[in-house]
Amino acid sequence: MTIDWSSFTPAAALAGGVLIGLSAVIYALGNGRIAGIAGILGGLLHGATAGDRIRWGFVIGLIVAPWLWLLVAPMPPTATDVGMPLVILAGLLVGIGVRMANGCTSGHGVCGLSRFSLRSLANVLAFMGAGFVTVFVLRHVLGIGG
Amino acid sequence: MALVVSILAGLVFGIGLIAAGMTNPLKVKGFLDLLNWDPSLALVMAGAIAVGVVGFRLTRGRGTSLTGEPMQLPNNTTIDARLIGGGVLFGIGWAIAGLCPGPAIVVAATGSLPVIVFTITMLAGMALHDRLLSKR
Repeated sequence: MTIDWSSFTPAAALAGGVLIGLSAVIYALGNGRIAGIAGILGGLLHGATAGDRIRWGFVIGLIVAPWLWLLVAPMPPTATDVGMPLVILAGLLVGIGVRMANGCTSGHGVCGLSRFSLRSLANVLAFMGAGFVTVFVLRHVLGIGG
Repeated sequence: MALVVSILAGLVFGIGLIAAGMTNPLKVKGFLDLLNWDPSLALVMAGAIAVGVVGFRLTRGRGTSLTGEPMQLPNNTTIDARLIGGGVLFGIGWAIAGLCPGPAIVVAATGSLPVIVFTITMLAGMALHDRLLSKR
């Protein structure tokens, strides 16, 4: 294992993280809900339910965010390093997985860990572990991407 | 008022994701690549949780939110196969594309075709799960 110091961006990472945490607190304290994207999108997919206005508000914020960002700075790169078939597979796996576990990087990762939830910690360890193994296999065994 | 709070929270979340590097799939994959490891995302989590730990303390014991909405923070403690299996499936997909749900929405909004495709299939996966694989 080597550390890729040339890619390491500690200040930006911490600042971005602080904003993400702040957003989760605004949503929880302001609207009484967990800022979990899997739950918000899942709720909207179920059709008209109470709280849809609140969920849509969050999604609209996410959609407007890059355009607001573009007013002051260019977007960082957004290209991935796998082809369309793998992108489609990845999307399906993410969609199924986050609904099965009732949460993703935001709901379990940020909100759950902030609340010292062992349930969320178990989920985070599962997706991080699977992520490390998957990138290893893709890049260093199969030679895809990287 | 609740709608304004939601839009603000979504905006701050999205800006945070972009600033943190989470909307760059190669940055995410750099964190998941232990042979050439970019530890940045660990600091994203650290920053978010540091604020979250303090902020979520303020929600304790509240019956309603600041905008008068009912508090709906979960208290589920179940650790089961669905929690772990779902995490593994999500982790595999996250690592293949370098995208999780929040950044996918943000980047799809900029018109990136592969990420729009990712987002559509992600939503399809969610609907598929909730129709066919959901416990209820």
